[in-house]
Formats: sequence, C-alpha cells, structure tokens
Amino acid sequence: MSIPFDYETMRLIWWTLMGVLLIGFALTDGFDLGSAALLPFVGRTDAERRMVINAIGPTWEGNQVWFILGGGAIFAAWPFVYAVSFSGFYLAMFLVLSAFILRPVGFKYRSKKPDPAWRSRWDWALFVGGFVPALVFGVAVGNVLQGVPFRLDSDMRSFYEGTLLGLFNPFALLGGLVSVAMLVLHGAGWLTLKLEDGPVRDRAQRYGQIAALIAFVLYALGGVWLAMGDIGYRVIGVAEAAGPSNPRMTETVHAAGAWLANYGAHPWMILAPLLGLAGPLVALIGIRGRKDVLVFAGSSMANLGIIASVGLSMFPFILPSSIDARSSLLVWNASSSHTTLFIMLLVTVILLPIVLAYTAWAYKVMFGRITTRDVNLNPDFY
Amino acid sequence: MIDMAVVELSRLQFALTALYHFLFVPLTLGLSFILVITESVYVITDRPIWRDVTRFWGKLFGINFVLGVATGLTMEFEFGTNWAYYSHYVGDIFGAPLAIEGLMAFFLEATFVGLMFFGWDRLSKRGHLLTTIMVAVGSNLSALWILIANGWMQHPTGAVFNPETMRMEVSNFKDVLFNPVAQAKFVHTVSAGYVCASVFVLGVSCYYLLRGRHIELAKRSFTVAAAFGLASSLSVVVLGDESGYALTDNQQMKLAAMEGMWETEKAPAGLTLFGIPSNSAHETAYEIKVPYVLGLIATRSLSGEVAGILPLVERADYRIRQGVIAYDAVEKLKVNRNDLTAREAWERHKSDLGYALLLKRFVADPRMADDATIAKAAWSTVPNVPALFFMFRIMAGLGFFFILFFATAFAFSVRRRFDRKWFLRAAILAMPLPWLAIEIGWLVAELGRQPWAVDGVLPTFLGASSLTTTQIWATIFGFTALYGVMAVIEVKLMLSTIRHGPEVYEGSDGESTPERPPATTFTAIPAE
Repeated sequence: MSIPFDYETMRLIWWTLMGVLLIGFALTDGFDLGSAALLPFVGRTDAERRMVINAIGPTWEGNQVWFILGGGAIFAAWPFVYAVSFSGFYLAMFLVLSAFILRPVGFKYRSKKPDPAWRSRWDWALFVGGFVPALVFGVAVGNVLQGVPFRLDSDMRSFYEGTLLGLFNPFALLGGLVSVAMLVLHGAGWLTLKLEDGPVRDRAQRYGQIAALIAFVLYALGGVWLAMGDIGYRVIGVAEAAGPSNPRMTETVHAAGAWLANYGAHPWMILAPLLGLAGPLVALIGIRGRKDVLVFAGSSMANLGIIASVGLSMFPFILPSSIDARSSLLVWNASSSHTTLFIMLLVTVILLPIVLAYTAWAYKVMFGRITTRDVNLNPDFY
Repeated sequence: MIDMAVVELSRLQFALTALYHFLFVPLTLGLSFILVITESVYVITDRPIWRDVTRFWGKLFGINFVLGVATGLTMEFEFGTNWAYYSHYVGDIFGAPLAIEGLMAFFLEATFVGLMFFGWDRLSKRGHLLTTIMVAVGSNLSALWILIANGWMQHPTGAVFNPETMRMEVSNFKDVLFNPVAQAKFVHTVSAGYVCASVFVLGVSCYYLLRGRHIELAKRSFTVAAAFGLASSLSVVVLGDESGYALTDNQQMKLAAMEGMWETEKAPAGLTLFGIPSNSAHETAYEIKVPYVLGLIATRSLSGEVAGILPLVERADYRIRQGVIAYDAVEKLKVNRNDLTAREAWERHKSDLGYALLLKRFVADPRMADDATIAKAAWSTVPNVPALFFMFRIMAGLGFFFILFFATAFAFSVRRRFDRKWFLRAAILAMPLPWLAIEIGWLVAELGRQPWAVDGVLPTFLGASSLTTTQIWATIFGFTALYGVMAVIEVKLMLSTIRHGPEVYEGSDGESTPERPPATTFTAIPAE
C-alpha cells in the first residue's frame, strides 16, 4: 500500500488530531465536569439539584467517550506517550479513574431512592467526579510543561522517578486551578443555556463570573511564569522529522523560557493564548449582558484557546523528560509507524463525521431548557 | 532483572478488574438485543404491554449498563498504567482496535443510550426503536473490536519487530483485522452474552410466574428469552473457539493443556472426557477418552494432528536457541544500525525473538543462558494444565447444560405451559450459572495464553510497568473497595427494581389487576 502523506505530515496530522480530541473532550465533557463540580453549590434543594443533573443527564455519557477515545487514540498513535505518562502518573491516574467511575453510577443511581441521605451522598460523589478530574488534568499539564522525571533504557522500558506528592508543586497547582476555573466556567455556560430562568441558573452564573475572573487572571499568570520562570525545553541539533520512533536518537535540554520561542518563530500561534484570554472575558460580558449564547461561546473559546496554547508552546515536545536528555518524547520520535498512523487517519476521516452527525442529532432531540415542571413530572428523568 | 512481585500483582489487578468488568458486559450485550426484540414487537403490534416489557427490562439494562461503562474506563487505561512496556511493545498494532472501538462503538452506544432513556416522549416509535437498535449494535461492535485486539494477543499476525524502534509494528493490517482467532472469539463471546441475558430474563420471568405477579409481562419475556436463549446456546457451543487453536505453537499448547494431552496422538486424536492431569508428573491419570472427536473439532479433518505438550516443549527449546541468535543481532543493531552481518542474522531468526525473551526471567542477558536455563525456559511455556483442564470442562459442561435448559424452556413456551413449578424454580437457581461459565471462559482463554502476553512475541512478565509493589497494592485495595461498594449497590438496586416490578402505563392491556407502584417523588404522572 502506498501512503499518500509522508511520515512527517502524518505525525503533524496526528499531533493536531490529539489536540482536536483533547479540545473535543473539554468542550463536551468539560461542561459535564463543570456542572457536576457546581452541583452541590448551585442546587440547594433536591429538585434544584435534579435540574442540574438532568441538564447533563441525556448527553454526558456520549461526551465521556471523548475521554475514552483520547486514551485509545493516544495508545494507537502515540504509544510511547500512552505508556510513559499513564504508568508515570500512576496514582494520579487512579484518582482520575476512581472519580470517573463514580460519575456514571452517581447519575444513574442517585435518584433511584427517595432517601435524602442517599441522594446527598451521591451529590457529593458527583462533585468529586467533576472536580477531581478537572484538577488532576490541570496538574498533569502543569507537570508536563515542567518536564517529567522519567528515562528510557535501550529496550525503551520507561522508569519514573517522581512521587504522587511531587506532582502537586506550585506551578502544577496553578495549572490545576486554571483547569478547574475553565471547566467550572464552561459548566456555568452550559447551565445558562440549559436551565429555565430561576435561582439555580442565577447561582450558576454567579459562580461562572468568579470562575471567569479566576481563569483569566491565573492563565495570564501562567503565561508570565513561563516567560520569567525556569521552565522550558528545547531540542539540541535537528530532530529528524521522519526518523524512526526512537526517543533515544534525539537530544533535548532544559532551557528557561523556551516554551515561548514558538510564538516568535510563528507569530500566528499567538492567536491561541489570545483566545484563551479573551474567552473568559467574553463569557463575563455574556453573563453581565444576559446574552446566554455568548456565555457558552466565551467558555468554549477559553477551552479551545487554553488547551491549544499549551500544545503550541511545547511543539514539537509532547512529554519532556526532566532527568534524561535522551528520553524526551517529541512529535518526531514517539509516534506509531507510518502505516498505523495512516490507517488510523482513514478510520478517523470516515467515522468522526458520522459520530459528530449523530451527536448533533442527539443534542437536537434533547434541545430545550430544563424546567421545574419536567423535573417533577417526567418519569424518564434522573 | 524483572521484579516478579510487581508482575504478579499487576496480573492480579488486571484479572480482578477484567473479571469484574465482565460481570456487566455480557448482560449488556444480550439484554440490548432482547430490548430490540421486545420493542420491535411493540412497534409492529402496537400493543402497549410490549412497551411496558421493553421499559421494564430497559430499566434493569440501565442499572447494569452504567457499571459496564464505569469499569470499562479502567480497562482502557490499565494497559498504560500497569503494562507500560507491553503498551510500548505492541501499541502500534494493539492500540488501533482500541481506538476504533471508541470511535465506532462507544460513541454509538453512549450517545444513543441517553436518547433511549430520555427520548421516550421526544421520539417517534420508530425513532425510539432506532436508538435501541443503535445501542445494541454499538455494544456488540465494541465486543468485536476488543476481541480483534485480544485475538491478536492470542494469534499475532500481520506484524513484525522493528529493531530501530524496539517494538512490533504493523506489516499487514488486513491480517490483524481478519484474524481467524478474533472472529471465532467474537462469535463465541457475544453468543455467551446472549445466553447470559436470556438466562437472566428467563429467571426473573420465572420468579414472577412463581409468585403469580406481572403474569402477562412474564409470559412474554419467558417466550422471547427461551427462543433467543436456545439459538444463542447452540451458537456458543457449536461456534466455540477451539477451532482456532491449531494455528500456532502456543495456541496448540493451550489446546493440549486444556485436554491434558502430554504426547501427540495418531490423528485424529481422542477427546478426554475426564482425567487428573499433573504438571509435575507430566501425565494425566484416570483418562476417559472418546476416540477421534478432538482431532475432528480442532483440525476439522481426519488427518490433522493435535500436538501434545511434551513435543511442544521440545519445539520451544529449539526456538529459544534460535531466538538467542535473533536477540544477539538486535543488541548489535542497537549499537550499529548498519551492521550487515547482524542484519542478516536478524532476518533469518526474527520470528523466534520472543522465545529468547523467555530467558529474561532467569538471566539478565539471554545470550548468557546455559542448557539448563534454556530447558527451564522451555518448560515455562507450559501453562497450568490441571487448572485449564478442569475449568475447560466446567465451562463446556455448562454450555451443554444451557442447550438442554433452553430447549426445555422453548418446549414449554411453545406449548404455553408456564406453570411447571419445578422448572420455574430451576430457572431461578440457574441464574448465576452463565456468569460462572463466562468468567471461567475468560480464565481458560487468558491463563491458557501464559506465559505469553502476546503469543510467541512478548512474555507477560516483561510487559509490566516499572512500578513498586506499594503502588500496585494501593490501587488493588482502592479498586476492590470501590468495586465492592458498587457491586453491593447495584445488586440491591437490581433486586428492588425486580421486586417493584414494571411500571404500568395507561392503556396497557396487560395486568388484570394493575399494581400501581407506590408513587415516589419523581414518578408522579406517566409521560405518555
């Protein structure tokens, strides 16, 4: 079989697709996480909480597949990244998985019994299911930006030399807070669209405003930290873009401020951080001006811009090693084979539009605001 | 050297999480199709009782489905967390079906399952039936892709080792996709799921019949389950996946171990009904054999030979020695990728590289292994024969039992005899049996694959992540606690839903004395 794109192009495409997946996850399941994190605070009574739950009830399950697909696609396209990061962040992954396990069960089982204690326990489980992944994802990104303490031996076996507590360092916590604020804002944006006018929606918007401000300030602070702090890596010499996927053939070095170098070389990339900064402000204007669509558009812009800016800042790095110059994972040395990347591209090009089409249809079927009446009368509701 | 404690704990965790995940999956696979059947009848006949039937089983489906999804999350990431070297070594091939599973199957079932539960009053009848069908298709497609992945571990075709990247890479994706082992496994596994759901539906229906409750629902469900179960139980046994075992040395080893067959017999080999195999004495005592049958099943011919364990160990010994040459070549190519002699040696012996890796359990450098070590490694290719031998017999025995069981149920349902108390009781007692058969089936398939993670390519002990035992103990305890609590809650909810019975909606022609459920806070008025 002859492959119409060269290896370098295929790697670039899959790097972009990995970004698309992560952004797709944040844009869809992100508001489920955010709404769940807001649940105990915006809903005071059982009926109010059920409004929040049913605002995401019919679609969260499909949204969560972006997360699962993210795992599968990274496995297929970037096996090194899949192997090194998930085994390295072992206990952090366990935290995320436990939280994600609580979520489906929480949605489904919470309203099966009228007992208030039962329901309140599940509400907090749902909160954990939303808050913990949002935090850990951001913390993980913060650590990736700083470099991860792993090395590969000549058999490509990976050894990780960090600890769980070491993950929670100041810069990483900043990443975690940006992530929580961004997703809480997105959750508030969704609830703005999905709930009828009333106290729950008002509270969601109030939390949304706070989250927007925090997201804006902390994200900007993160940018300043990257410029002034001792963070960043660069490749020594030239990494062969179509070379074999063997990280030990390239050499990288720690270099303060290097994460901002791409913006000098490719000025168009500045769009991403600008979007990340503008998004929370747009959402804020939307809440202030009672423009519902603007709120959700703003929170979506924030997700898109912030995630894209992390990817673009690091390019071509995916996972820099902080302890070994010949272990860092790059777009050029950590992918699957040329054939696998191409086959997976074909599969994606055929299937992803179909997925998007029926997902859109599902949203259309469930279109409309959740009302108190629905929550009281519809037997299909959670 | 490899820390075997880490390996064994990782295996324990994988087995626990996979076996637990697979408590929920078979019921999802089968129940989704039973929902399609009952809802189709509803759409065709327009009789509301069938909607009640569909919604009742749909509720139980939902309780079960979420746990399948929740525990499936663990599986998707566990290769990376606990089997990092495995993930690196075969990710180029193994990752693809997992990603396709997400894209083709998980999105389908997860998106439509939301509509299936929330869409009753938002979709037309046909529209809703379509969502139910999509859920069934989605969950069954996910079984297809995960078994293509698993089939490749059992019979790794279409891939070669690349010394430059130190991993297996795809050489022919079609072979991976149309792997005969994967196909056999797929049919066998989904059929087992259908059997499981049929036993479940039949058991609950019999409970209602015995109690004289929800008779109309129970009779209809009984009939559907009996017919679906009979067809599935025949399929699960007839299309059992023994046929794939003749393909490679190691699958032959699995077959020989399941049969407790130490020496190669003259074709066609006999099938052992009973015996007591011993791993240390290398023999199976007290054998009772049926002539010819095994040869016929395993090779689909009169002349095909089924190899015994001892000759297969000898073959392994030989392949290990060849593999050491390949290993040496790879080490030389690491230093100088243009070493021509090494390249040539590599090309000649590359198919045996995996066998040299077996030695790493005993020596750090396989090239240093002496004859005794090689013999030890060759013997390590023999899985746990007595365990496989007995578990296989329990599974197969249950398979035949289900055929008999459903044939009886089918006969009763055709003659409209829903009042045979002994059968109703038996059907309730039989409810745990499909789960027993299925879990044992997984153990036979995966223990039989040992010592390999990927048959002939990568030994299991090399696949594990470089973790500490403390880390793995922490997650084993964590998952066990979390899963334990979930299991208790789900069983309680299942039982209370069954005890509560179906909701009866206006216009149902079913119950003569409709039992209105006690109004809870959220089921005040029916939507329709």
